[in-house]
Amino acid sequence: MNPRHIRDFAAKALLWLSAGAVSALLLALAGYAGFRGAPELSWRFLTGQESILGGTAGILPSVVNTLVVIAVSLAVVLPVGVGAAVYLTEYARNRLFVEGAAFAAGVLSGVPSILYAMIGALVFCDKLGLQKTLLAGSLTLSIMTLPTVLRTTQESLKAAPLSYREGALGLGAGKWPMIRTLILPASVDGIVTGCILAAGRVVGETAVLMYTAGLSMVMQDFSSLQSALDASGATLSTALYVYAKERADFGAAFAVATVLLFLTAAINSLAAAVGRRVRRV
Amino acid sequence: MSRAGERAAQAVLFLCALAAVALLLLLTAFFLSSGLPAIREIGWKEFLLGRVWDSADRAAPQFGILPLLLASIYGAAGAAALAVPLGLLTALFLARAAPKGVAACVRQLVRLLAGVPSVVCGLVGMTVLVPFLREWLDLPAGDSLLAAVLVLAVMILPPVVELAEDALAAVPAAYEEASFALGATETETWFQVTLPAAGSGVLAAVALGIGRAVGEAMAVLMVAGNVANMPTLLGSVRLLTTGIAMEFGYAAAGSLRQRALLSIGLVLFVLVVLMNALPHLARRKGGRP
Amino acid sequence: MSEQIILSARGLDFYYGPAQALRSIHLDIPAKKVTALIGPSGCGKSTFLRCLNRMNDLIPGARAEGSLTFHGEEIYQKGRDVAALRRRIGMVFQKPNLFPMSIYDNVAYGPRLHGIRSRSALDETVERSLRAAAIWEEVANRLKRPALGLSGGQQQRLCIARALAVEPEVLLMDEATSALDPISTGRIETLLGTLKDRYTIVLVTHNMRQAARVSSRTAFFLNGEVVERGPTERLFSMPRDRRTEAYLTGCLG
Repeated sequence: MNPRHIRDFAAKALLWLSAGAVSALLLALAGYAGFRGAPELSWRFLTGQESILGGTAGILPSVVNTLVVIAVSLAVVLPVGVGAAVYLTEYARNRLFVEGAAFAAGVLSGVPSILYAMIGALVFCDKLGLQKTLLAGSLTLSIMTLPTVLRTTQESLKAAPLSYREGALGLGAGKWPMIRTLILPASVDGIVTGCILAAGRVVGETAVLMYTAGLSMVMQDFSSLQSALDASGATLSTALYVYAKERADFGAAFAVATVLLFLTAAINSLAAAVGRRVRRV
Repeated sequence: MSRAGERAAQAVLFLCALAAVALLLLLTAFFLSSGLPAIREIGWKEFLLGRVWDSADRAAPQFGILPLLLASIYGAAGAAALAVPLGLLTALFLARAAPKGVAACVRQLVRLLAGVPSVVCGLVGMTVLVPFLREWLDLPAGDSLLAAVLVLAVMILPPVVELAEDALAAVPAAYEEASFALGATETETWFQVTLPAAGSGVLAAVALGIGRAVGEAMAVLMVAGNVANMPTLLGSVRLLTTGIAMEFGYAAAGSLRQRALLSIGLVLFVLVVLMNALPHLARRKGGRP
Repeated sequence: MSEQIILSARGLDFYYGPAQALRSIHLDIPAKKVTALIGPSGCGKSTFLRCLNRMNDLIPGARAEGSLTFHGEEIYQKGRDVAALRRRIGMVFQKPNLFPMSIYDNVAYGPRLHGIRSRSALDETVERSLRAAAIWEEVANRLKRPALGLSGGQQQRLCIARALAVEPEVLLMDEATSALDPISTGRIETLLGTLKDRYTIVLVTHNMRQAARVSSRTAFFLNGEVVERGPTERLFSMPRDRRTEAYLTGCLG
């Protein structure tokens, strides 16, 4: 056999080997967490709350807190992010403004979350007097996810076909009616993808929420506006950290890890489904 | 729609844009400005090159971040040294060598792991890797720079693979055809034509990976031991991120300690911005289109 | 017979950034006639057409100088309501550019935009426009189906219907048949014959035979200038300018 073909074969073997090693590594990580966590999971664990007197463990409060933080941060970041993206791509004439925004968004999307944790704690919790609450945590996260939502929305707006614009403007449509009836509907999938990415970051975030949203594992009261604003507590990833690092309760930590893996997988398949729709249109 | 309606819509959108841009610029300004006063107070040299970080000492606190800075740099460099070759080979596998079905499976797995919360990685590192290192290397404690490097390497693999694959997939088929037409084998073409042609994109993937490694706090906090030693591979270390994560809750508002932590934040910010800017600079200098 | 002039260019210059695309254009467009703009690619005929409804505004750095009037009012006047102008001067593009909606919603898009909400009024406008564009028979029983499922020729006639639904005075056609097969092209040419009594039509075309068949006036563009203009029959049978003659000879062979 030709030495060049041997080299070719060896190089291909190397590629397969690397991919195999990476897959094995990642599979082992997820598999191990699931293997340790699954036996700890039970309906009572998912739907109960922790009680030291009653000797029960449960993560329902953290599940609820996670959902609340996702909902509130998206409710803030979505209108601002999408509105800003529409203005920057469709209206803005000032190039400095547009490029400044793109530059800042690019820089801030790479900034470590621990820095947002400090900002959130200093600005929202202290300066604005929100204390450590789910609200303060959500607001900090909405700032953290703003660059993501802004960029994905801008990309999908730019991808809207020129023919829609020409067609609508040629009929005497004003700019905003054109955007509302054609450009935004055509960009919906991209916007949804941005939201899913943002939700994924919220689910995975710990550092920010530790310092801005609190560590309580007790069920919060969302029955009135006032008590909801004061609600403070751990989301799932914060709870995992508390179980693992502060209480050394690895059983509970792995159970939470398993729940987080499922949540991540769900968010991923949602994003993939939206992605498929984008490609089909 | 009336022209008044058009103007109202434009005004609302403009306010959104203004809020977003102001927020983004304010944040950037905040990162830059909040970190400077403490550095000035402590002194640039003492801050960046001081070898002792002992902020809790009330009488004579010392704010030298060199051990933290070096630990962060070693940690990120070590993680990149492990993850980048493996990640690039895997990306090349996915973009070119893999059969369709296999590629789809591996891609799914990588995507899933890209989204896994960092605390999950930290947890597995803490319960598996750290005890293993302790037994295997016969250390007093397994919490170490090595553990941090390994956990970070696993964590930055998925984004490096994903970004590098995108860059490789975007290489025009014509380049490869030209190479095949000259009698090159597949792997010769992939390594000598495809990989260099994807240059700036691959570099961006590497830079992003390093940036992530520099910025990760929680997972490292769970495995690094967090003592502010000058870093050694098998010893306990504290990184820039974990330094902030550990102490920020204890630093009194407005104290020099808190402001010094904000200064660490500035150093981190600058490091990450430099990492992000690297691919752009390289593209400009390298004369590639 | 005296003609009413509806659109009129007097010394119109047009620039894309530093590049001049039109030089001192003098051209009158008569009302309720078909005017054809002919010339080689890049000669400025499409640019001129897109000045008439300010579609060129979409291109950054584009600007016009000189005079271009619609009913005697400057089209490029500062503060002019461009949307209102475009409502009166409709356009059909080179490629059919229907929206991703049903056939009905495509035609109703314009009227809805301009405030018509009543179901019966919309139904009536949609039917009238589709009939005027000679496509009613083909789509009457599938108005709720996606418009993008139609054939290219049908799509282009639907675009014409959509343009007619806002009741414009002028219809600009930018090589509207160049992407179509000969049969669909023939249908649209026939359609133009029925529309010219009610609308002013300005069409840009590469197809000299089409210009000769459907238009009553023709203007020949070359390098951003109008070289010759006049009644179509005269211009095609005895061009006065040598460049026109050369072009027509080359095209018609």
